[in-house]
Amino acid sequence: MAKIQVKTKINGEETEFLCQPYDTVLDVLRRDLNMTGTKEVCSSGDCGACSITMDGRLVCSCLVLAAETEDKNIETIEGMAKNGKFNVLQKTFLEHAALQCGICTPGMLVAAKSLLEKNTNPTETEIRYWLAGNLCRCTGYDKIVKAVQAAAEEMRENA
Amino acid sequence: MNEIDNKWIGKNTIRPDGADKVTGRAEYAADTIMPGMIWGRVLRSPHPHATIKSINTKKAEELDGVFSVATSADCVDFPVDTPVLLGIQDIRWMARNVLAKEKVLFHGHPIAAVAARTEEIAEKACELIEVDYDIHPWAIEIDDAIKPDAPILHDFIKFDGKPSNIAGTLEHKKGNVEEGFKEADIIIEKEFETAAVHQGYLETHACLVSVSPDDRTTIWSSSQGQFMVRAMTSFITGIPQSSIRAIPAEIGGGFGGKTIVYLEPVATILSKKSGRPVKMVMTREEVMRASGPTSGSKSKVKIGAKNDGKITAAQGTFYLQAGAFPGAPIRGAAGCCLAPYDIPNAHTFGYDVVSNRSKVAAYRAPGAPIGAYAVECVLDEVAEQLKMCPLEFRLKNAAKEGTKAVHGPTYPLMGYVETLEACLSHPHYKAPLKKLQGRGYASGFWFNAGGESSAQVNITEDGNVVVTTGHPDIGGSRASIANITAELLGIDVNRVSVLIGDTATIGFSNLTGGSRVLFASALVVTESTNQVIDILKDRASKIWKIDKEAIEWENGQARPAGDNAGNFKPLSLAELADQATPTGGPIGAGHQVNTVGAEGGFATHICDVEVDIELGIARVIRYTAAQDVGKAIHPAYVEGQLQGGVVQGIGWALNEEYIYNKEGKLDNPGFLDYRIPVCSDLPMIDTILVEVPNPKHPQGVRGVGEVPIVPPLSAIANAIYNAIGTRFYSLPMSPPKVLEKISD
Repeated sequence: MAKIQVKTKINGEETEFLCQPYDTVLDVLRRDLNMTGTKEVCSSGDCGACSITMDGRLVCSCLVLAAETEDKNIETIEGMAKNGKFNVLQKTFLEHAALQCGICTPGMLVAAKSLLEKNTNPTETEIRYWLAGNLCRCTGYDKIVKAVQAAAEEMRENA
Repeated sequence: MNEIDNKWIGKNTIRPDGADKVTGRAEYAADTIMPGMIWGRVLRSPHPHATIKSINTKKAEELDGVFSVATSADCVDFPVDTPVLLGIQDIRWMARNVLAKEKVLFHGHPIAAVAARTEEIAEKACELIEVDYDIHPWAIEIDDAIKPDAPILHDFIKFDGKPSNIAGTLEHKKGNVEEGFKEADIIIEKEFETAAVHQGYLETHACLVSVSPDDRTTIWSSSQGQFMVRAMTSFITGIPQSSIRAIPAEIGGGFGGKTIVYLEPVATILSKKSGRPVKMVMTREEVMRASGPTSGSKSKVKIGAKNDGKITAAQGTFYLQAGAFPGAPIRGAAGCCLAPYDIPNAHTFGYDVVSNRSKVAAYRAPGAPIGAYAVECVLDEVAEQLKMCPLEFRLKNAAKEGTKAVHGPTYPLMGYVETLEACLSHPHYKAPLKKLQGRGYASGFWFNAGGESSAQVNITEDGNVVVTTGHPDIGGSRASIANITAELLGIDVNRVSVLIGDTATIGFSNLTGGSRVLFASALVVTESTNQVIDILKDRASKIWKIDKEAIEWENGQARPAGDNAGNFKPLSLAELADQATPTGGPIGAGHQVNTVGAEGGFATHICDVEVDIELGIARVIRYTAAQDVGKAIHPAYVEGQLQGGVVQGIGWALNEEYIYNKEGKLDNPGFLDYRIPVCSDLPMIDTILVEVPNPKHPQGVRGVGEVPIVPPLSAIANAIYNAIGTRFYSLPMSPPKVLEKISD
């Protein structure tokens, strides 16, 4: 089968790749572009570990075909720290011990960032429902929710 | 060490591996690549129980892009009737679980594997492998496996002299239960069931293996023990341990499920036969079908007590599923279930039952939640009949220092009573409840483990510190090790780097399990650091030309111990490091030992639920977990262990279960149908860290990781009863089951 040529933007960088029609964005990121920060956990859209944003919308990269990313703007965990500085969420996750094994962390951060871009003053319930698609088996979510609350507070103070 | 003066112990420092994990830079096993790498896939059994008559791999081998094929014929042959023990595992079972030999024993059992240019080709080649089966009837549930005419999985396993699926038994006995029950004013006996549940680690099993023509082998894999990976791979492939270097990748959760191998020996065989590095990554479905869940169970518990609330006798019988090969955690069920109590007469039995399910693997306090579930639910009923507060009832019967436990030991100083008292004085205990809300209580115990550990502490040329240990860090243990090292050396924690060595760079260290890692690594790191301090004093003595005994180490500096020692300006770690070469050479020390003195851990939990009687949904609305943690070296990660364990227990109690269909196949092998708790299901999980220091440890550390999963099953069941007046004797208490029982 002939491969498809795709031109897209990943974390602000023009990127070209060849993919099979059945390849997902996750396949291409991890296998072909060696961007392994985005994690593969379920491959069925149930866990959120492969969360990325596409044109600002939070998606599971295992459910989006790579060929669909033509001319899109993709953001992954690798683009979250800017100019060698943590995003506020990365900082509060570390300060609040909001990760244990860390495998859900990239997806959790991408999802939380997407929430705070829309709402810098979410309630605990809003945070819990927004992150309901991001599984974590280690933390019981307590410290994750608190880290998101702390990041939101910091964002409001700095706004 | 004076508690108040602690600068780093007890502080929530930033974990050394944190930056890598929040930026996506941390390398997990599936993130590794090598030049020339090819991909391995596994062919799995479509039947739950069959004899393998023949395997023909010819067509697969001939497919373009295929490099090698592996079957059990490529493995070392371990006769089925001769045990080959490696720790608690038996390699004759492990080898057959990795690649089936005489029989397939569960749907999804690996039969063969292919390495090819791409995963797609390897997958296609697997379909070309021809297997001729003689299909047998199967047994999934315990009752089916132990009935008189049950299909027998392993012909040579005998029970009462006859072939049987009961592969082992265990009992604990204290006093005389018959006499004890005669003394009782009330006796309650109930039967319970729990479903098999999976550890649910998010990272699927993965490895990358490269074998050179001289058999030198490098394994990158996600496991709870690189030395376990090396040993098991060596046994199964026949390559000596000295030729295998197992490198621990970051691990994406294990909870016990990564204490054994699935892929590493297979990838090693495929790499050896192809001459190429082979990468294998399980899918979620493969993890659910063929990696270890923990046992489903059936149990019966009987407890008798006097009217004054004193327990006179207790008896428990626990049947646990082992899956395809022997090894159910009956010790955890029968050994831990009565551990929190001072009971004069007790008798517990455990039965290890094989059936046509995937082989169980350890899961956080293996077996203990099953035992505690039955006992703590019956205790709740006894307390109710006695009209006693469940916590006061437990307090009256609580084990303390000097109590002889049913499972054997006499307890040293420990803090179970303190966890009960902490709950009794917590605001949660007296908080009002609304209609359809209820409160439940339960306690739990886990043994905790010691075992072999190694550490090396090296001073860098610029006077900073690198600590290497041999235990994969899953929950933040590197942060705690950094705290301890910084405290002992009197330097800033950011000057300490903590690494996990591979099997070639650090001495043998037993795996991450049994809540042992911080207990054991703190022991060897403390000894190594103290040796380093001794060397630093020796170097200062050479520079000042005074006795080493006249030098003390304080706040990261060598200084004269008193006025008589002389008047010298203190020498900092950096200054001594700078003078290392002329004063004797590199500064560092290591320590290796079989650690002992890991004392058990106790917890008491309070849980509030609200039951939606229209939908049958029981929802946890408040939770408080009190635990004797010995000494919290990094309190936030200790809290994290409690919170994570509680939430796994909530999943076990309310939703999670392995569901088999009529064909003997798992019907819910993914996170959509096997529902682990999600963020919106839960409240915050409050913790109370009770600190009764372990007297046998330099920092007072006790294992903390496993105890928190023990009480939730019964705390929730007791809370649901308190809410709606209905007792549940079977887990999970999922919406369909709750609805059915309410409408009865």
